[in-house]
Amino acid sequence: MDNANGAALPDRDTLLDWYRQMVLIREFEETCYELYEEKRITGVYLHLYSGQEAVGVGALAAIEPRDHAITSYRDHGVALARGVDPGPLMAEMMGKRSGVSGGKGGSMHLASREHNFWGGFAIVGGHLPLAAGIALEAQYSGRDDVVLCLVGDGSTNNGYFHEALNLSAVWQLPVVWLIENNLYGMGTRIEEASGQPLLHKRAVAYGMRDGGRIDGQDVVAVNCALNEAVAHARSEGPVLLEALTYRYRGHGVSDRQYSERLRDELEEWKAERDPITRLGACLEEAHPDSRPAMSALEQAARDQVLAAVKFAEESPAPDAADLVRNVYVE
Amino acid sequence: MAARNQPMREALRKALREEMLRDERVFVMGEEVGKWQGTHRITRGFYEEFGARRVRDTPISEMAICGAAVGAAMAGLRPVAEMMTINFAFLALDAIVNHGAKIRYMFDGQFSVPMVIRAASGWGDQATASHSHAPEPIFAHFPGLYVAAPATPGDAYGMLKTAIRDENPVLFSESIALYPKPGPVPDDEDYLVPVGKGAIRREGADITLVAWARGVEWSLQAARQLEREGVDCEVVDMRWLRPLDMDLVYDSFRKTNRCVIVEESLPMYSFGSEIAAGIQEHMFDYMDAPVKRVSAMDLPLPYARDIELMALPDADKVVAAVKEIV
Repeated sequence: MDNANGAALPDRDTLLDWYRQMVLIREFEETCYELYEEKRITGVYLHLYSGQEAVGVGALAAIEPRDHAITSYRDHGVALARGVDPGPLMAEMMGKRSGVSGGKGGSMHLASREHNFWGGFAIVGGHLPLAAGIALEAQYSGRDDVVLCLVGDGSTNNGYFHEALNLSAVWQLPVVWLIENNLYGMGTRIEEASGQPLLHKRAVAYGMRDGGRIDGQDVVAVNCALNEAVAHARSEGPVLLEALTYRYRGHGVSDRQYSERLRDELEEWKAERDPITRLGACLEEAHPDSRPAMSALEQAARDQVLAAVKFAEESPAPDAADLVRNVYVE
Repeated sequence: MAARNQPMREALRKALREEMLRDERVFVMGEEVGKWQGTHRITRGFYEEFGARRVRDTPISEMAICGAAVGAAMAGLRPVAEMMTINFAFLALDAIVNHGAKIRYMFDGQFSVPMVIRAASGWGDQATASHSHAPEPIFAHFPGLYVAAPATPGDAYGMLKTAIRDENPVLFSESIALYPKPGPVPDDEDYLVPVGKGAIRREGADITLVAWARGVEWSLQAARQLEREGVDCEVVDMRWLRPLDMDLVYDSFRKTNRCVIVEESLPMYSFGSEIAAGIQEHMFDYMDAPVKRVSAMDLPLPYARDIELMALPDADKVVAAVKEIV
């Protein structure tokens, strides 16, 4: 059986696992939003992944544990899809010592070395050459690991994008460059920021494989395209592709005019293209007995996030010794 | 220790080659480092000896060179990236100071970044404003990074080895004017200069001259001239701009009670400002005179030879500054 985008459907367990991850991310992100509103998360920067879950989940399912993932500051969903425990992630939001980055990185600097999740990075485009360097290490060492580098559409117009993609092509580095095109770089729409708004076409400029534009609200389509891209990167070299998606909570949570400014567009994306609703419908059509399992996963996600919040709130804050630790390798 | 007299250029080349032979993880990357043999010939012969895998020519892409060095270092390699001139490192400032220097801290120790960014620095060849800088203090501003600036071939040799072997990122400044200058280079493949340790280049009782890189040469020239006039100068070579060996400065100052700081760079928010601030804060009871600074003039540098040199420090300016306070 194929889905609406023509991709072959994986088995029921795989679809349910993706459903589990996507509802966990949505629950985690919406909880972060509430905690921010309640001032229980106090950091000024909080960029939520609600609406984009299918991209992260579908893409990360295409790489193996030995492979590598790296992303921008919109990193919560990617960390969860990579299998990082929600507890230390939530603790990082709250600036606790038990956070994945010891409470020193915050929302934009989640990472987990043991998961080969190399981080969220807060300077637009800054992580792109890092991805090239991580891929270089694999190539240099004779391994066939690939690096999956998630790239916001906003970063496609700064110099890092150009230099890193070109270098990856010149050196034939094993990188999958996946643009998450949510249509806006902060408040500026992609057509107002890019001479060529079909961003995947930039691949031509670097002589690298163009993986095309995919429906980023369809986890099956994302995964299918990424499987191909990862195989190409592993055996031949870099590939650039673009997933069309939409963010539900604005650039960051401080963008309070977002839902008003884009109300019609937002409601349309939510009503017609929501990635969780779509995967649910797909599951029910392919496997009509799935509803109870899906409901159980929804409840499990709520419980897991509640437990993460409890863990975070009960964790101690870093202290004066933590403040000065890890500036250097001593 | 046995030593051979070699120019700094050869000392750097020897250190880098030996470290590549010692550790397979060490590789070089940068503009023209391979087939061209290196703009400053530090990597002469490397491409033929080590091949394209370990001697990597890059496009003219400073952000990507330094950013990829950060990523490769995080992943376990020991990149030595070359900035053809330190002026071009401005293009990569974000990759160096906002990523390389901060990643260990931001992720609370999950990653280390054992990279070296080698950068050819300085002025004086009518290179004009955009190519005439000694901007090491800019990089030294940021915790998380070490900044090395050797004044002698022996130090260049030992400090580059230290930088490559260290687990932390190092901005390694090489003064273009010092590349051809000879000096003894130890015959010891494990000769290391400890991070953050300065050296006394000349002992003296009357005044402390604090300098780095070319400033050491001007200070020693000035000291020889002043000796004939009865002034006994102590010359402190800081060697590392971060960490800064202030204890060495204080030990000298306690003895001489006077100080002139000699720097190749611009005067505002500088090496000189930093050392002068430390002395007034910690050595107030020992001060017999105001601390003086000899820096470049607070200007972009011009092309014309006559006025270019007018804007720059030299031994005569050091002598004049010393005479104002002894």
